[in-house]
Amino acid sequence: MGALSLQHFLVLSAILFCLGLFCVLTRRNAIGILMGIELILNSANLNYVAFARYNGSAYDGQIFAIFVIMLAAAEAAIGLAIVLGIYQGFETIEVEATDRLRG
Amino acid sequence: MTITAVFYLLAAFTVAAGLGVVLSTNVLHSALALMGTLLGVAAMFVLLGADFVGVVQLLVYVGGILVLTLFAVMLTSRVDVRVSNRSVGTLPALVVVLAVLTTMVRAILATAWVAGEPAAPKPTVYGIGNAFLGGYVLPFEIASLVLLVALIGAVVVSRKEVKE
Repeated sequence: MGALSLQHFLVLSAILFCLGLFCVLTRRNAIGILMGIELILNSANLNYVAFARYNGSAYDGQIFAIFVIMLAAAEAAIGLAIVLGIYQGFETIEVEATDRLRG
Repeated sequence: MTITAVFYLLAAFTVAAGLGVVLSTNVLHSALALMGTLLGVAAMFVLLGADFVGVVQLLVYVGGILVLTLFAVMLTSRVDVRVSNRSVGTLPALVVVLAVLTTMVRAILATAWVAGEPAAPKPTVYGIGNAFLGGYVLPFEIASLVLLVALIGAVVVSRKEVKE
């Protein structure tokens, strides 16, 4: 392998995605699951920017990445607010313990 | 050649920090390792010539989301309670994840990507700003609305409920 190619970034992104997937599948702590989702979103962003770089088009890929970062911010705010609400009702944030809709 | 070495160094750092997020038994350590991953991805953006996206990643992710996550970690764990980050079902998840990873890497390497030679990196702020207020003005405005709704929603959801 000589210079950097698109595949380098795609493989790195696939590894990050799988780490995030593993985190989401195995964690029982709600905040840990949210961290896994952040990893997955980051890997998608890496793909967007890499495709934008290697296809020489305008800024479309980078703008998509910025929108994804924006939505991740909204998701983190709402998700962590829900986690805090769950903690007030259940005194725990283990997702297995929170099996009632009415706290 | 040197840029390849830089890439491998940064990729190793990013993946190592990602492993820290996934495998750490303390959720606080996971959050701190997440900072390493986010910094590594920001460095990847800069390596890809996307300077504005890299700075946005630093400001929003490392400066915003990560601090929010740390606040949530500290608010949801009492001093005497162990900040546990239990994992269950590790083996089935490992099988699923390895299958997904193998499929993806095989697909990536087998596909003949139509990849042009990347142009020399140039500042992107001007072009992105023009695009946001040109062709992307409607998604841009909707995004600001979504952020406002998320903000109000977060306040409403997380405030203390007053029992009558």
